[in-house]
Amino acid sequence: MNFTLDPEDAAFQAEMRTLIRDLLPEGIARRGRRGFHATHDDIRDWMRILNARGLAATHWPVEHGGTDWSPLRKHLFQVELRAAGAPVPDQAALELVGPVIYTFGDAGQKARYLPEILNGDTFWCQGFSEPNAGSDLASLKTSAVRDGDHYVVNGQKTWTSEAHKADMMFALVRTDADARPQAGISFLLIDMKSPGVSVRPIYTINEGLSVNEVFFDNVRVPVENLVGEENRGWGYAKFLLTNERTMSAETPHTAFDLAMVKDIARRELRDGRPLIEDPLFAARLARFEIELMALQAAVYRVLHMAEDDPALNATASVLKLRGSELRQRIADLAVEALGDHGLAVFPDVEGQDNMDVLAPVPPAPDHAAGWLSRAMFRRATTIYGGANEIQRTIVAKSVLGL
Amino acid sequence: MELSLTSEQVALKDSVRRLCERDYGFEHRRGLLRSAEGFSRDLWSTFAELGWTGAGLSEADYGYGGGPVEMAIVQEEMGRALVVEPYLSCVVVAATAIAALGDADQRERMLSGIVGGETLVALAHNEVAMRGDDAEVATTAAQGPDGWHLNGRKGFVLGGPTADILLVSARTPGGISLFEVPAKAAGLGLTAYHAVDGRRVADIALADVQLGPEALIGPEGGALTAIEKAVDFGVIGLMAECVGAMDAALWLTRDYLKTRKQFGTTLNSFQALQHRMADMLVETELARSMLMAGVAALSHPDPAARRAGVSAAKVQISEAAIKVTAEAIQLHGGIGVTEEYVVGHFYKRAVLARGLFGGIDRHLQRFAAQALKEVA
Ligand SMILES: Cc1cc2nc3c(=O)[nH]c(=O)nc-3n(C[C@H](O)[C@H](O)[C@H](O)COP(=O)(O)OP(=O)(O)OC[C@H]3O[C@@H](n4cnc5c(N)ncnc54)[C@H](O)[C@@H]3O)c2cc1C
Repeated sequence: MNFTLDPEDAAFQAEMRTLIRDLLPEGIARRGRRGFHATHDDIRDWMRILNARGLAATHWPVEHGGTDWSPLRKHLFQVELRAAGAPVPDQAALELVGPVIYTFGDAGQKARYLPEILNGDTFWCQGFSEPNAGSDLASLKTSAVRDGDHYVVNGQKTWTSEAHKADMMFALVRTDADARPQAGISFLLIDMKSPGVSVRPIYTINEGLSVNEVFFDNVRVPVENLVGEENRGWGYAKFLLTNERTMSAETPHTAFDLAMVKDIARRELRDGRPLIEDPLFAARLARFEIELMALQAAVYRVLHMAEDDPALNATASVLKLRGSELRQRIADLAVEALGDHGLAVFPDVEGQDNMDVLAPVPPAPDHAAGWLSRAMFRRATTIYGGANEIQRTIVAKSVLGL
Repeated sequence: MELSLTSEQVALKDSVRRLCERDYGFEHRRGLLRSAEGFSRDLWSTFAELGWTGAGLSEADYGYGGGPVEMAIVQEEMGRALVVEPYLSCVVVAATAIAALGDADQRERMLSGIVGGETLVALAHNEVAMRGDDAEVATTAAQGPDGWHLNGRKGFVLGGPTADILLVSARTPGGISLFEVPAKAAGLGLTAYHAVDGRRVADIALADVQLGPEALIGPEGGALTAIEKAVDFGVIGLMAECVGAMDAALWLTRDYLKTRKQFGTTLNSFQALQHRMADMLVETELARSMLMAGVAALSHPDPAARRAGVSAAKVQISEAAIKVTAEAIQLHGGIGVTEEYVVGHFYKRAVLARGLFGGIDRHLQRFAAQALKEVA
């Protein structure tokens, strides 16, 4: 066993680092380092740049526009993207619906949606959760009733990330009210501009907008937008949710955050010395580095597991549990490192998703903006993608056999 | 040891709780946060009429004969309702500094103004580089023939934007001095912004602000002990708010779990969540107990021992407040992270409490230094 990168992989990583540095426009990188959600324009522009190089979705199969890189190299590429401050792309499209479409979709759906996703032309949102179907997703009520060559959709989704900007939603809808809960669900692609779709913003405690309620009032969706078979949507959703968990170790993000915290700690002074030299703070930072190392090692282990290894899913839950907690705690550490600047509300002056009242910009150095917002939003990392309590139950059942 | 409240104290507690429950609903508060000043002048007058603005001050200081206990009682109830009026900055911190340092005339003018609800005062002592070390004042005051000239920069001044009078600390030849500065003084530039919990703060730039000799509060160079005391009162006041916020978050979460249904049953039936709530209660009870110790420390005759006691309370309670309020968000699920629901705002107050007046590391260090001295 050898825990260091092979020379070829190390060379690959170095090459990607240079490439990304050359491709990523400075303005986008600067905004990416701020602690706010990336703007729509930045994501789209960056997707196009990557797509022109065939790098928009490196983790996809080659025939759909991906690469044949090893899982490790795909991961290293993600690490370098984050380290460069590249905006987080439309994950709903690239990580969630894209793989569902190329795995279960028909030829028409593949031909139509996959290239648009790769080029950042179509933004997606995930319409699974409903007011009474959060952790218990199978109890969802939004209905789709067949009427000729359309489904007529009625109901409500909630917590829909980026619905206010999305062109398309992939939704779970009930197509058979009489079947047992998991059996009567279908996977439908809904054009957000369809008549009868309305979106209401929900502001989160970071005073920003990313989640929404979405209402469907007799929305007509063409039957060709059904993915796979009617009433089999639960299976596709489970496939997708596993993806969501695997990526939620989010070690590239956490490594990026930790680098930013170190940067803050070099600039901020305590007792006239850089905070990073303060023994108490240095010890806390060291503890985080060690935890991140452990998590990174766990990610490497998962990357080396075979696709059909029965332990794979459970390990993914482990990654999600620790990864999400670590993300929260590191953002908190940044807030603490910033002293008074960590306690001030910074409006997202370059984004468009502020709450209706725009707070004034506090006088502070550049490295302070956005971290409070980031830390606040991070409270959600242990809730979305399957709340951590649900993950623990999965681990208890499937690994421990309890 | 007397651990129960007197009947007057119980009456004070009830009166604050009743008014907050009646007039300080969450929607009302949200409205206040959107207003220009960020709080209600009308409510402030009501606070004064009800005697809350003088609750913690002795009669000699134009108050109603109370002390730290009364102050903490009011603050705890205000924490429960997440009150944003400048009680902490004006009635607790600034008034303590004036009471400790002011001459008869200054005390009469400013303290009776505070108690009467007519004057808002803020302690403009903090500087961004200070990080809880109150001796680290870089602002200077030079003495000229006709008075004082102040230069420097104050940061994150709680209650600063709406104060009529700023108590500005500055380095003078003899040490650290405190000055009474009208908010409208020439040369004083104020930038207002929002603290994490919605309260308003200001950065204050002092560019050759000229003051008469009477602006000096207390002896030249002798203000630090009083400032430290005022800040300690602020820390404990804030910790009392935390205890109120934690307690409110705890029971709100309990009620939510009893009504929210998933998997065909209410969430409170899951033992995993019951245990989490039990841990939240443990944290809250310890914090409440520690608050009593912290309040008692405020009356300790030895300033070093007082500071250590205050630091201990700050570490224990603010960390507990973070844990409990973050957990309250988690147990609520998605609704917990929304701006339009109260539970996230308890967390915001806890975040402020953790960082304001020096972070956890600063207070751990201060406590440890004192504990070591006692061992030696
Ligand atoms: C910022 C954010 C973005 C999101 N984006 C999307 C999106 O784009 N698309 C989408 O479909 N959804 C999205 N979600 C929804 C998310 O998936 C749900 O919030 C999550 O599944 C939890 O559901 P809930 O909020 O209804 O909480 P509930 O299910 O009501 O849970 C409340 C609490 O109870 C716990 N709990 C529930 N059941 C059990 C149990 N059986 N045992 C023990 N504990 C339990 C939970 O862990 C949680 O702590 C998002 C949520 C957030 C906060």
